[in-house]
Amino acid sequence: METNTSTTRKVNQSTTRNTKTKSLWKEIYKNRVAYLFLLPKLLFFVLFMLVPIVWAFILSFQEFNIMGSTWVGFDNYITAFQSKVFKVSLWNTFIYTVVTVPAFVITALVIASLVQPLGKMSQSFFRAAFYLPTVTSMVIIAMVWRWMYNYRFGIFNYIIGWFGFEPVNWLGQSDSALPALMIMSILIPPGAGIIIYLAAMNDIDQSLYEAARIDGASAFQRWLKITIPMLKPTTLYLVILSTIGSFQVFTQIIMMTGGGPGNATETIVHVIYKTAFRDFKFGLASAQSVILFFIIMIFAIFQYRTLRDHH
Amino acid sequence: MKQNQKLGKFLIYVTLIFMAVVSLLPLYWVFATSLQLPSYQNETMEEPINYVESTPPKLYPVGVNEYFHQWKMREAAEDAGNEAQAVYHDQKMDEVVTKTFEGFVILFERTKIMKWLLNSLYISIVTTVAIVLIDTMSGYVLAKKKFPGKMIIFWAIISTMMIPEQVTLVPTFMMVQKLQLFDTHWALIFPSLALAFGVFLMRQFLLAIPDELIEAAKIDGASEWKIFWTVIVPLAKPAMAVLSIFTFVLMWNSFLWPIIVLNDENLLTLPAGLKTLQDANLASFKLLMTGATVAAIPMIVFFLLFQRYFVKGLSMGGVKQ
Repeated sequence: METNTSTTRKVNQSTTRNTKTKSLWKEIYKNRVAYLFLLPKLLFFVLFMLVPIVWAFILSFQEFNIMGSTWVGFDNYITAFQSKVFKVSLWNTFIYTVVTVPAFVITALVIASLVQPLGKMSQSFFRAAFYLPTVTSMVIIAMVWRWMYNYRFGIFNYIIGWFGFEPVNWLGQSDSALPALMIMSILIPPGAGIIIYLAAMNDIDQSLYEAARIDGASAFQRWLKITIPMLKPTTLYLVILSTIGSFQVFTQIIMMTGGGPGNATETIVHVIYKTAFRDFKFGLASAQSVILFFIIMIFAIFQYRTLRDHH
Repeated sequence: MKQNQKLGKFLIYVTLIFMAVVSLLPLYWVFATSLQLPSYQNETMEEPINYVESTPPKLYPVGVNEYFHQWKMREAAEDAGNEAQAVYHDQKMDEVVTKTFEGFVILFERTKIMKWLLNSLYISIVTTVAIVLIDTMSGYVLAKKKFPGKMIIFWAIISTMMIPEQVTLVPTFMMVQKLQLFDTHWALIFPSLALAFGVFLMRQFLLAIPDELIEAAKIDGASEWKIFWTVIVPLAKPAMAVLSIFTFVLMWNSFLWPIIVLNDENLLTLPAGLKTLQDANLASFKLLMTGATVAAIPMIVFFLLFQRYFVKGLSMGGVKQ
């Protein structure tokens, strides 16, 4: 039955092939319900995603004025790369990423490896305990860490006092402000990473471990030779995810240091924010955000390649 | 050997519990400080002490201790038959309670935090409902229908998943201004409806649904709209739950965009409101931490209720940390 109808349809189609556009319109009309289902998404997607993306690239070659924008070629990009603040922010963001991303992934791997052999109950308990601190907004986390870093009343200076260290003006000195933000990022548990690793570990074929155990491999050897290689795709995913996240670091900066002291904690997104919404240089801000876009892209591709090739 | 294994397991538990305690400490510090006793003086002190700003820091709300201390003193005074003393300690007990919870009273009376809470709730719920509906609709046709331009539309949407929010910050801001949505809640809701993740998630999920189910409904004479509601939506529920959680958390914690498009104090969301509280520099630290507590508790409750879906969403690559 079905084959019959489809052949008749084919015949019908071939007779109208000479009017190709007509049949396309027919196809579209026939599927009008599908387009209607897509319509709401497409409307918002075009207005608030597609147009803004194209517009961002156009703006980056323009000088924005309320009276009308003018084309300036690559001027915005040149200005961006000549600006000291932007260069510092690139460097700071880079350092921040290089330090915090490995810490995030390694901590997640170690904690997940410790939690995984425990029973189901313990697994879900620790999963919640490590994820809970990260479900709250970064604004809240930043507010309390700012207080914990307080020179006079902060708990950090109290703790290092036990070991005989002098109090440190953590966020108030240009040499300790960025390290303080990195310490904070490292000490916030990698809740998402732990959950993702745990899910991946529970999926590893148990017979691999059985075989290795029969061959006399120790627990550590099994971890090194089976668990870690089997987790490569997950590791890759987490490295990319956390790198992209770390290049977008913003909330801590605006809530804790405002980029200071000096430019010590300026990051790319904070500079974009200031350029656009404090100085209202929309063209320059767009150029900066296009640069951010390419950096993230390059990093993502680079990381994907290296981690995949090692596999 | 057995002994060794037991010891090993014990050490793992100790290590993990220690790490969990350390990681929960800042959150504990938020709650403890919101209940800390500010500028208080009892009969043994020469001058009032502000426990919020004391060195070394007080690791727990001192009011608890002080309350029981005053209670004991009152009992002692009553036993000794000293009326005046008993009344004094009774008043001190009241003072401790008042001062411990004073942050919450001030916050709800003098700031707009109640409005911010409701705004956050409203925006998160409206966006979640809208996203789940339109993304399930588009995910369905992209998974199950054949029509001209399908693949172009799908890839156009999916390819924007990698683009960071900051890239479109300025143009979206200009778009919002052009549409005269600046300083309205629509400025937060509409751009979120353009996100690609939900379409991707729903399409992947619905691809696995057998075509026969849809065909059968069609033979029964059901309209497309009816098929969507009676066949697709019930089957898509697990993915819809994950998408709801993802969207709700995203909207609730969203910060950069609200501080750009919202100006009016009455319209702010919780994170944006907390920022104005900190910027004002008038609020004491106790008050800031009280605000943080009010903002943190709904999300913690939400997480504990729907933990299962958080875990699912994370493994599907959904919920961002």
